[in-house]
Parts: sequence; C-alpha cells; structure tokens
Amino acid sequence: MEIFVQQIINGLTAGSVYALVALGYTMVYGIIQLINFAHGEVVMIGGMVALTVITTLVGMGLPLPPIVLVLAGILAAIPICMALGYLLERAAYRPLRHAPRLAPLITAIGMSMVLQQVALLIWGRDPKAFPQIMENKSFIIAGASITSVQIAIILMSVLIMATLTWFVYRTRFGIAIRATAENVNVAALMGVDANRTIAATFVIGAGLAAVAGVMYGTYYGITHYTMGFMLGLKAFSAAVLGGIGNLAGAMLGGILLGLVEALGAGYIGEFTDLCRWPLVDGLLVERCANGGHVVLFGSNYQDVFAFMVLILVLVFRPSGLLGERVSERA
Amino acid sequence: MSTKKWIGLALVALALLALPLVLTSVGTAWVRITNLAILFIFLALGLNIVVGMAGLLDLGYIAFFAVGAYVYALLASPHFGLHLPFWVILPLGALFAGMAGAILGAPTLRLRGDYLAIVTLGFGEIVRIFLNNLSQPFNITNGPKGITRIDGLNIAGMDFVNTHTLFGIPFTGPAKYYYVLLILLLLVIVVNLRLQKSRIGRAWVAIREDELAAKAAGINTRNMKLLAFAMGATFGGIAGGMFSAMQGFVSPESFILHESILVLAMVVLGGMGNVWGVIAGAMLLSFVPELLRYTVDPVQQMLFGKLLIDPEVLRMLIFGGALVLTMRFRPAGLWPESRHKLEMSENRS
Repeated sequence: MEIFVQQIINGLTAGSVYALVALGYTMVYGIIQLINFAHGEVVMIGGMVALTVITTLVGMGLPLPPIVLVLAGILAAIPICMALGYLLERAAYRPLRHAPRLAPLITAIGMSMVLQQVALLIWGRDPKAFPQIMENKSFIIAGASITSVQIAIILMSVLIMATLTWFVYRTRFGIAIRATAENVNVAALMGVDANRTIAATFVIGAGLAAVAGVMYGTYYGITHYTMGFMLGLKAFSAAVLGGIGNLAGAMLGGILLGLVEALGAGYIGEFTDLCRWPLVDGLLVERCANGGHVVLFGSNYQDVFAFMVLILVLVFRPSGLLGERVSERA
Repeated sequence: MSTKKWIGLALVALALLALPLVLTSVGTAWVRITNLAILFIFLALGLNIVVGMAGLLDLGYIAFFAVGAYVYALLASPHFGLHLPFWVILPLGALFAGMAGAILGAPTLRLRGDYLAIVTLGFGEIVRIFLNNLSQPFNITNGPKGITRIDGLNIAGMDFVNTHTLFGIPFTGPAKYYYVLLILLLLVIVVNLRLQKSRIGRAWVAIREDELAAKAAGINTRNMKLLAFAMGATFGGIAGGMFSAMQGFVSPESFILHESILVLAMVVLGGMGNVWGVIAGAMLLSFVPELLRYTVDPVQQMLFGKLLIDPEVLRMLIFGGALVLTMRFRPAGLWPESRHKLEMSENRS
C-alpha cells in the first residue's frame, strides 16, 4: 500500500511536468496542426538557462533565500524560451505554413537536432547537476513521503493551468487563439491577425516549457542536453492521450501518463517476476529457490510505457480521451 | 542505349571496380569510410521506398537496421556459440526486419502521416531500450556492452579478414567488403528503379499524392502501404547484417535516433523519390562530414589553438541544418523527382 501511494505521488509530480509540456504541443497542434518536434528542446534549454542562472547566483555567495534563487532561474528561463519559441515559428515554420504537411514536420526534426547540438556546445556533453538549494522537507502521508519540491511542482502547475484556462477562455486574445484554431481564414475575416496569434501560441507554449524545464531540473536534480527528447515524446504522448488540440485533454493526459508510468515502473518488476507464476517456476527451480527472483522486465523499462500508451491510444481511440473528431486526410 | 552511353557506363563501372585499390594506397581507413558510405546509400535507398515513394514518414528506420544487425550478431558470434554461414543469416535478418516492419505497420498505417512519424519514432526507441535491457534475467543481447567477435563474411572458403592476392593485386579485407557492398547496392538500385515504374510503384505515388483518390481508383491502400513499409524494413535488415559482419561488433549505441534522422536527411536532401538524387544526397552527407573531420580540426587548432567545435557536433549540425534548409529552400530536394517537384510546389491549400 505504501508503494502504491508513493507511486501515485511520484506520478502526480512527473505528470504535472508532462502536462505543462503537453500544453505546448497541443496548443500549437490545435492552431496549425503541426507536431512541434523541437518543443522538448525548448524545455531542455529552459532547464539549462535556469541552472546557469542559479549556479551563478549561488556562486556569488549572496545571502538569498532558495525560493528567490529558483524564481530568478524561472524568470530568466521564461523570456529566453519565449524568444526561442518566437524565433522557431518565425524562421522555421512560418515560411512553410502552406507547404505539404510533412515539410514542417521534417523542419521541426531538423530544428530539434540543431538545438540539441547548440546546447551541447554551450553547456557541454556531461549531465549537469542542479544545485540542491531547496531544503527538501518530507511529509508523511499514508506511509508514503511527499517532499516540499513535489508539493511546489504540483501546486505551481495547477496554478499555471488555471491561469492558462482563464486566459484562453476569458480574454480577447484567448478568443482569437480559439477562433484561429477553428478556422484561420474566417478568423482573419473577423479581424484576427493570424500571424500574430500563431506566434503568440508558440510563445505561450515556450513559456510553459521553460517552467517545466526548471521543474524537471529541480525534481530530478539533473539536466542534460538530450533530456528534451524523451520528455518531449512523453509529453506528446500525453497530449495525444488527452486528445490533441484540447487544453483540458493535455492536462488530463499529462497527469494520467505520469500515473501510468509511475505505477507501471513500480509494479512491472513484481508482475513479471517469473518465480511468482506457478507454471513457469518449475523450470527455474534453482534460480527461484530461497526467495530468488527472475524479473523479466524491471523498472528500467519505464520509458516504454509512454510509447505503449501512445500506440494503444492511436490504434483504438485516435481522437484521445477528450478530443474532438480528427479529420481523416493528412 | 547509344554506344556513347555504353562507353560511359563501362568507364563508371571500371572506376568503381578500381576505387578500393586506389583508396587502399591512400589508406585503408578511406576504404572503410567508403564502405560505410555505401551502407548508408543502401539504407537511404531502402528508406526511399517508404518515405520517397509511398510518402510514409518513418522516423524509426534504424530499428530495422538494428534487427538485422542483431540477428546476424546473435547467430554468428561466440555469444550463443552459434556460427551459421552468412547466406543463411543475412536473409534471416532481412526476414525478421521485414516482419518487424509488418507488425509495426499493421496497426499504425491507418494513422495520418504525422502520427505515423511519431509512432515509428517511438518504436525505434522501444527497440533500443529492449536491446539495452535484454541482458536480464536471460542474457540475450548482452545489454549496453553489445556483442563482440562477430564472424565476418566467408565466401567459398575465402575469409574477409586477411589480405588475398589475386593476379598479383592484393585485396585487403575492407576492399573485399567493398565489392560485396557494391553488388548489394546495385541490387537495391535496380529494385528501386524497377519499382518506380511498376504497378506497385505507381500505386505508392498515387497514395503519396492523394490517398483518398488512390483508394477511389481501386488501390488497396492498406496493403500497398504495408508492402512499402515491410520492403523498406527488409532492406534495412540486410544493411544491418552487413554492418554486423563488417564491424565485428554491435551495441545499442549504434542504433540511436540520430542515425534514423541521418538517413532521413540523406533522402530528403537528395530528393525524395528520385533514386539518383537519394544516392547523391547520401554520398554528400557521408563524405562531407568525413572531409570536415580531416580539415576542420587542423584549421581550428591553427586558428584558436584548441578544438572549439567537435567534428561530431558539426556533423549533427550539418544533418539538422540540411533538413531545415532543404525544406525551406528546395522542399523537393536538390535533385527532385519531376512528379514530386510538382507536388511539393503546387499542393498549396
């Protein structure tokens, strides 16, 4: 039972990060039907920038409280990622707006690779340890522990998601975004500046990515120039799970994916331990004797779950949990 | 064909046959580089069937390469103590890769193009994760350490390790691999060219251009897409087997996403669907980074006194940049297929 609660807590934390990244995918997809492959790299760069800022501030030896340090990191990462998001849209995707569908996708893959290598040049090949500045207090809930960092991540993403929902559904600009997503031409006729709206969507997504990058760094304690790839893929899977193009879907998908992954990683080892299965354990008597284990798939298969979810959703319910019907034609 | 063309063709053939001998005198390393380049041309032509002809964006192509490589490695190395001859395992690897392609394709080919891209990408990662972890509890792949001491080719009692002298000309191991690879390359070129004009090839182009219309015209789009996918995977499997034999060592490191993207960049840069364009693109992206490796390092050392940009980074930057710039300025590739060119410029909705 403790394991179960613990994995739920871990899953919620990871899921909050996925949800923030998934929102970036889903908003861009909703508005121009592009899988912004480079989004994961934006997250990575957000984490890296924050790390640099925090490390520098710590190195200066100023008596700043940790929360200020983290906020400084986030506040530095957000504008840089936003600028990057704008640049991506402006330089790489906008010229291809009317090209066949595969063209911008191929561009996105190329940009993702270029950004990764640029990050490698700036921050080096080795993983960078995030400075442990937050005092990590643990609280015990139902036998499982939840740390202050986890609480902060969950609360912060809830806050951000609430703000975003308000922004998209209650402000003029949000209405413009939704109108453009519905139909670019009609929105333009109603006086919406499509280019500006699309650029803004990229910028907002990149801002969320920056925050997610900092969260990821503080939670796992590490940043690496390749971290955006896996994170991006998982977040994309989350967006598809929730129904791509749908804001609530991305949030739900992110949380669900985090939970599936955490519970999966927590239990798969126990589940695929051949010694627990009566039919097989006869064949493995020596290895199972004295409480031995023959674990077929351990928690090192954690990364596989996201893809399994992705493939299953796409095969059985391509529109996702909350998604609207997706058009047939590519 | 006119006499002139025949003479030209004969000259090209002669040049290709003499190439390893010339390169050996420069350094065996260049023969190896050429061999890898041929392998990548082979891979690019395999992927061209999927991406170029049928228009299915496959981002996990290297996974099939990995399947072929590991089938070869497992059946011809001391790891399991098996040493089957290559003419059994190479086709077997191709078969397994083709089956993997069909298994992946069957549920996913209904998806739209961009979703398919992501699923194939995920598949590529899954294969790599499995290769990395299938050393526990039963050691199948030997994990990240990979499989070593894989048997090389051995044709009619002639091994591919030592140097043999024929008609007074010494043939080194890599040079012999070169000829085998050349034969395989010829095979895949002929298959590509024949496919292009065949009923199947035309059906693929029809699907690529407008799937709905193709369906309406009576093409069984699902089977055709599956065929493209499986066929591309089969070629990937053959290339993988050759890779194993040539290198004598495989590990999951060789089958990362970057490699898939590298092959894709070759196809895209050269011109999706155009066999000669793809070959040119693959050659360009194989040799330019190697040349840079030999020029950029000394230049950097001279100018800055140290290495600022690692040639490996430069290589990846070139691939990424090639994808972006091609799409931006020549979306149909440097040497576009005439039909595709029409499609990429006209299809603006």
